[in-house]
Amino acid sequence: MSSDVYKERSVLLRVIFIVVGAIFIVRLAFLQIFDSTYHKLADLQALRQVTQYPARGLIYDRNGELLVYNEAIYDMMVIPKMVKNLDTALFCKVVGITRQDFLDKMEKARKYSPYSASPFMKQISKEEYGAWQSHLYKFHGFYVQQRTLRIYQRPIAAHVLGYVGEVNDKDIENDHYYRQGDYIGKSGLEKSYETVLRGIKGKKIMHVDVHNREIGPYLDGAHDTMAVEGGNLYTTLDASLQEYAESLMANKRGCIVAIEPSTGEVLALVSAPCYDPNLLVGRKRGENYLQLLQDISKPLFNRALQAQYPPGSIFKVAQAMTALNLGVITPGQGFPCDKSLVGCHGHPSARSVQEAIKMSCNPYFYFTYRRIIQQGKYKSIYKDSQYGLTVWHDYMQRMGFGTRLGIDLPNVKSGNIPDTAYYNHWYGKERWAFSTIYSNSIGQGEVEVVPLQMANLACIVANRGYYYTPHLVRYYGPDSTRNEEFYQKHDTGIKPAYFEIAANGMYDVVHGAGGTAHRANIPDIDICGKTGTAQNIGKDHSVFISFAPKDNPKIAVAVYVENAGAGGVWAAPIASLVIEKYIKGEVSRKDFEKMYRETNPCQKLPLTRVPKKKKK
Amino acid sequence: MENKLDWITLLLYFVILVFGWLNIYAACYDESHAMVFDFSTKHGKQLIWIGVSLLLALVVSLTDVRLFSSMAYVFYLIMMVLLVVTLFVANVTKGGHSWIDFGSFKFQPTEFAKFATALALARYMSNPDVDYKQMRTKVISWTIVLIPALLTLLQHDTGSALVFAAFLFPMIREGMSPKILIVGLVAVVLFVTALLVNSYIVLAILAVIALFYLFVWLNKRTRKHYLWTIGLFLACSLFTMSVDFVFEHILEPHQRDRIYVLLGKTVDTHGTGYNVHQAKIAIGSGGLMGKGFLNGTITKADYVPEQETDFIFCTVGEEWGFVGATVVILLYLALLLRLIRLSERQYSRFTRFYGYSVASILFIHFFINIGMVIGLLPVIGIPLPFFSYGGSSLMAFTLLLFIFLRQDQERTQTLL
Repeated sequence: MSSDVYKERSVLLRVIFIVVGAIFIVRLAFLQIFDSTYHKLADLQALRQVTQYPARGLIYDRNGELLVYNEAIYDMMVIPKMVKNLDTALFCKVVGITRQDFLDKMEKARKYSPYSASPFMKQISKEEYGAWQSHLYKFHGFYVQQRTLRIYQRPIAAHVLGYVGEVNDKDIENDHYYRQGDYIGKSGLEKSYETVLRGIKGKKIMHVDVHNREIGPYLDGAHDTMAVEGGNLYTTLDASLQEYAESLMANKRGCIVAIEPSTGEVLALVSAPCYDPNLLVGRKRGENYLQLLQDISKPLFNRALQAQYPPGSIFKVAQAMTALNLGVITPGQGFPCDKSLVGCHGHPSARSVQEAIKMSCNPYFYFTYRRIIQQGKYKSIYKDSQYGLTVWHDYMQRMGFGTRLGIDLPNVKSGNIPDTAYYNHWYGKERWAFSTIYSNSIGQGEVEVVPLQMANLACIVANRGYYYTPHLVRYYGPDSTRNEEFYQKHDTGIKPAYFEIAANGMYDVVHGAGGTAHRANIPDIDICGKTGTAQNIGKDHSVFISFAPKDNPKIAVAVYVENAGAGGVWAAPIASLVIEKYIKGEVSRKDFEKMYRETNPCQKLPLTRVPKKKKK
Repeated sequence: MENKLDWITLLLYFVILVFGWLNIYAACYDESHAMVFDFSTKHGKQLIWIGVSLLLALVVSLTDVRLFSSMAYVFYLIMMVLLVVTLFVANVTKGGHSWIDFGSFKFQPTEFAKFATALALARYMSNPDVDYKQMRTKVISWTIVLIPALLTLLQHDTGSALVFAAFLFPMIREGMSPKILIVGLVAVVLFVTALLVNSYIVLAILAVIALFYLFVWLNKRTRKHYLWTIGLFLACSLFTMSVDFVFEHILEPHQRDRIYVLLGKTVDTHGTGYNVHQAKIAIGSGGLMGKGFLNGTITKADYVPEQETDFIFCTVGEEWGFVGATVVILLYLALLLRLIRLSERQYSRFTRFYGYSVASILFIHFFINIGMVIGLLPVIGIPLPFFSYGGSSLMAFTLLLFIFLRQDQERTQTLL
């Protein structure tokens, strides 16, 4: 055409096109490159990170019997921000809660975090879950997470195995492994081997569509990690022995600790009263826990590791060994049974260490202890006592007293072996001497010992001078890892020959004329033992340490029965039953067993020497 | 002499078509039904539409080119009748939508009204005595545009009606005053500011500008200046004052909501603002390189409604990232600029006007659709040409484009 005067206007349109295109590209750059919020929002709504909880490790006894395993349960989780258009009435009806419940739970979840998942309802059984599974797609923001529950095969060893419970805020803060609603070992082996048992969590990223349905793994699971199962614990516990020992402690307070002396492996560890570990599992856990906590007999308290008792006469064995090794007495040393120094029971004076142990002569050990404490190194009896006590304290520690034994259970106590600082604090420097502290010689006074240490003393005698740290786990995990410290021999530095004397004395306690523990006698097992009758406020505690057989001992047992009276009457026969059960596998003294099972220390025992006569 | 169809435009057309289909496939993708040739799925159906469209393109390129100009008014008449029929049929059957049902096949006449209008207007413009200095030209040309626009508006299809504004550009090219663009721009600015801040504040600002212009800017002040300034000020003021009224009484509630969402006055990511919010999430989460074909977490999980149609650009943004989205924008820009270039090389006013119309219609769609998806414009539901799912729009755009390409091919012949 000839008259195209507006040709330059084509530029206008071109400019508009280019400007609009440029604006779009700049806008896209802001949306896609500079602003990362959309990426987060996209992941939040379209991806759901589902934690894969590893199965907690199993726990076996020394014979391969399964003690603890897991069962599947479900937790309903909620992400408060994702909850929208919820038919609250339907939800409450399906799940079976009230509207107020619902509001409270939502508030709690929101408080924890509006954007991350927290448990809404916990420990839903397979059956319950099945019932409302078909409705779940209607409830945006809710989903179900599988977890496991601990099941204890036999209702035994609650104090050893411990229990698991939900993590608290402190646990979460201390270890980033944990999230709200996770479980953690709270006591016992569950606690001390938590990092072994818990395994490694995995995560699965699921792609969730607009209807809150999982449509598949995100990127075919490229970012998923597999959960690694928790390691199993292979314990040293003998389940049958443990069960048997627990049955003997029925109606009593106290404890039994049985150890294999040659290895330090704990065969049984009973704290009475016992409770069924299954009580502390599941939805009733809180309720049951409170009940156990408020029980005046303190069933949750692990007496075997935490009760610091006066050891009573069993402590005399340790005194004799110390004195012999120091050379302050000789094996043939005799002391008069002078009841004016310290009370004693009727028996002839001991003419040797062996006899003193058999007869448990209090004045004998009064003299012995005086020789340890006042060795005559200093003129001043105060300085001399200070020196003597320091030496003695060292010996006691070598035998595992006054120090925490490194058992693989939490909260073990050290007991108390007083040292010079202790007495200086109470009486003042150089204001105390042997006469102030002589009660220690017979396991009274300031001395406190936990039952585990008593059993350990039996092990030391059984081994004639050394011990291995008592422990409950032989090895754990897929690689059968061992705790090397449990294979280290702790030598007391006392000559084995002296322990031979102690062993002979302890043999006489059970077998010899005038021994204090004839009730512990089993015809064809050479039981060695030492009774104790520990004075305290209230009725005496009945104590017995023992091992058997005398040569190549298989088991060492300490029994402590609170407020039961003489060691020979209660603790010794119970120990002998445990030994018989372990060595023979079967107890032949059924009447005897029945009597100790069913009687409690407040009752008078219906017989004194009847079973023994019967047997003879 | 026989020219070929412009291969650059053809190439751009095919690239956009194929990439569009890939994104429809991704938007409808479902692992359990991954068959490409499953005609029960949307991507399967779109394959049929692509086939039909290519057939139409072939038919057009074999048609005698004189048919378009000679039949322009006839086409226009037929389409206007169809629009009126749609108004009645659709009113009864679909409650105010712009579709005609032919069994399973749905048909949207408005899409075809665009090219009919373009042809009719071009035919009118090809008269040698047409001149935008004359009132007659203005009236007739605007009437040709406004009839289909109003009929579309009556179908409650505001978006498609808005597209008829595209004819502004070819008209300006042919001599209409470009001041109308400035007026439009000022109107938009006033509208938005009046909504965002109080209209009295806008009035005050306008008054300050007017006084500044009169007493500071101008050296010579004549009576004519005073009158113009006061007149403009009054017009702007009147417009501003009417914004609230228009907004409250003329716009429909959903339109009000969409404008408020865009201006950030309503933050409602679950209700009114849901669509745009999800679109932004999809695009924004794509990042620089995108999540990869068929890997869009938002796309695959159906978070964005209408994703295969009006919101198809989300798929590009999410799965192909900033790079892919920019490439798409550049592809459209290239197509648009190419069309302007082709139009400028025409010898007849008819084809030049038609070419400009094609470019402008495509541009308006491009501008409104992508502007909406990336949250720069309120939600106005119109498809992205050659890209969105939908048979009517694909066929109509293909016809629109190929009629121009066919004429371009014969540009030397039409001289005769």
